[in-house]
Amino acid sequence: MQTANLLVVLLALSAAAYLMAHGRSVALARPLGGIRHLHSLPFFYGMRASIWCALPAIVLLALWLMFDEPVISMVLLDGLPASHQPSSAADYNLLLNSIENLASGALSKDGADPVLLSAAEKLSNLRNTGQLLVTAVVLSLGTLGLGWGWVKVSPQLRARQQVERVFKSLLLACACVAILTTLGILLSVLFESLRFFQAIPVTDFLFGTEWSPQMAIRPDQIGSSGSFGAIPLFVGTLLISMIAMIVAVPVGLMSALYLAEYASPRFRGLAKPALEILAGIPTVVYGFFAALTVAPFLREAGEGMGLTVSSESALAAGLVMGVMIIPFVSSLADDVINAVPQSMRDGSLGLGATKSETIKQVIFPAALPGIVGGVLLAVSRAIGETMIVVMAAGLAAQMTVNPLETVTTVTVQIVTLLVGDQEFDSPKTLAAFALGLMLFLVTLVLNFIALRVVKKYREQYD
Amino acid sequence: MVNKLVTDTAEMLEEKTASRKAVVHSTAYPEQAIGSPFVKNPKMSMRNVDVFYGEKQAIFNVNVDIGQNEVIAMIGPSGCGKSTFLRSINRMNDTVDSCRVKGELTLDGEDIYSAKMDPVALRARVGMVFQKPNPFPKSIYDNVSYGPRLHGLASRRAELDEIVEMSLHRAGLWEEVKDRLDQPGTGLSGGQQQRLCIARAIAISPEVILMDEPCSALDPIATAKIEELIAELSENYTIAIVTHSMQQAARVSHRTAYFHLGHLVEVNDTEKVFTAPEHELTEAYITGRFG
Repeated sequence: MQTANLLVVLLALSAAAYLMAHGRSVALARPLGGIRHLHSLPFFYGMRASIWCALPAIVLLALWLMFDEPVISMVLLDGLPASHQPSSAADYNLLLNSIENLASGALSKDGADPVLLSAAEKLSNLRNTGQLLVTAVVLSLGTLGLGWGWVKVSPQLRARQQVERVFKSLLLACACVAILTTLGILLSVLFESLRFFQAIPVTDFLFGTEWSPQMAIRPDQIGSSGSFGAIPLFVGTLLISMIAMIVAVPVGLMSALYLAEYASPRFRGLAKPALEILAGIPTVVYGFFAALTVAPFLREAGEGMGLTVSSESALAAGLVMGVMIIPFVSSLADDVINAVPQSMRDGSLGLGATKSETIKQVIFPAALPGIVGGVLLAVSRAIGETMIVVMAAGLAAQMTVNPLETVTTVTVQIVTLLVGDQEFDSPKTLAAFALGLMLFLVTLVLNFIALRVVKKYREQYD
Repeated sequence: MVNKLVTDTAEMLEEKTASRKAVVHSTAYPEQAIGSPFVKNPKMSMRNVDVFYGEKQAIFNVNVDIGQNEVIAMIGPSGCGKSTFLRSINRMNDTVDSCRVKGELTLDGEDIYSAKMDPVALRARVGMVFQKPNPFPKSIYDNVSYGPRLHGLASRRAELDEIVEMSLHRAGLWEEVKDRLDQPGTGLSGGQQQRLCIARAIAISPEVILMDEPCSALDPIATAKIEELIAELSENYTIAIVTHSMQQAARVSHRTAYFHLGHLVEVNDTEKVFTAPEHELTEAYITGRFG
């Protein structure tokens, strides 16, 4: 039976298990005088039976799906004569591939090696038997589980605890997904970075001031040997992020203050969703807005004032990125300001403070740690932002703090390094992973600080 | 007088159940609060006060005076408008958008709700202590010096120190906190926090102090301390206190006003209210038939 069909049958079986165990528990309870004489509610007896029915079978099925191919290949190769045994790993894959293609009919059977032909036939047979076997085992395991769940139903059975334990493990598993994903990404980036650092010394990467990742492919080619100093990229990233924060923090904070403290409910009802729409605009759209509208405008304005502004400037990217982050800052700050208890405002107003004095001296300090947390989260966002800078900031890795010039950022370089066909063993490509690792570490530290600050904020007043 | 009341409360309560002397045998609201709502040379006077929350009227035609250096207690069942009325006196209700106050309210003869009156200045003269202690998340020193700094009451640090020390002394908190003025006010116990809030309120030398159930979140010992403090403060300040505890009203106040669902029913000397209430509703409340 196909795996999908098998799953459907299994689900039906476990539903049946639920109904049967549920019914049995109710039937058992009747002579005792109602379900309150059962240890658990009938629901838990039913759930217990259906878990027993489905869970072991599904685990077995998953194990089978994970390991069936390697096992079949092993059996297949054992059956081949010594003359056909593969000598290397590449050979091994090639051999398996041709058998596979013969079996599926992708490769013509005419004139094929008879040994391979028989191997292909054996493969099909093995697959069929395997499928039959697993169907039989899974279904009988499910039926056994069903029977076990049904037989064990008794008024004393602590079904609720058992079911709750299973669900608790399920919750734990879900929580682990996020952690394991982070760990997995970190490790894969880390290992690729280590390969990069075998080719390029760490110190060159961390302290080098020139970034030009083009490398000659053949020794006789003219071209740079590649230099991988990450400092210009981080300077560019910091410059653009700083411009973005200079825009976003004051505007975001003040709009939050206005919305939380002064705005009429009507205006608030209009402005809050509008800000959230701003947060919903895809960054690509911001990107071409920056590249097509803001950057040319800045260039012309600069020319009018006698300044040379390049068509792709840090300023354009930073300004637009700042606007993009405004809703981040304002929405977080708004929440924090609203979380300051009304009693604080009353206390201050009751002492004859004006509204602005109250905001400056009581509300803002009380909300400050939370606001700092929000701002740090926004900084992480700015550092990791890619689309806007790709379109509006340019690609030239210049080490400059002049916002009117073209700069490039870490994320932009990662994109350009990995776009198109790449060989995955040249330092040029691997550099992307090293950059990614650095970026990951920087934002991780920032997020960590932000979370700590937010946590501290919780202890401020009660 | 206050101390005498403290010891007499229990007897008083017994006595008044024995001798029913209610004058008005009607559960209808009187046109005018009965008893003696008015005093000579009042510190504050309220005439024909109506308070609305949106369409809903919370206070109906209240007329009452608050005398100089008097402690007036406002009692009544929950939701009867005591707190609303109190918050109208220093315009704290301005912060509630839907709230409207009608009528004539004066402080030393000045109209509180006139266009000339600045609510900020008013609140500096009529201080307020709230139901739940609400110290700022700042140090004890900064909590007390908050008001004086705002209003520029001290030009030098030494003067400010003096104000802080004096206020904490008056609030009976100085001995407990003098060694840790730089620690957060939120770290104090509930009773200490409330006395800190009182110190904060008196640091700007208000003329009137409004207290909105100042002891309802405190244990009996902390409550006793605050009550003692109120007796001492009444030498210098005029105090209006809202309370749910009739014993507390009997212990600390000179006059007692009984509110019922937004109507001021009776105002009399405290002793009289608790021994010989004049109105049927007042009697019903203090004998515990409702409330």
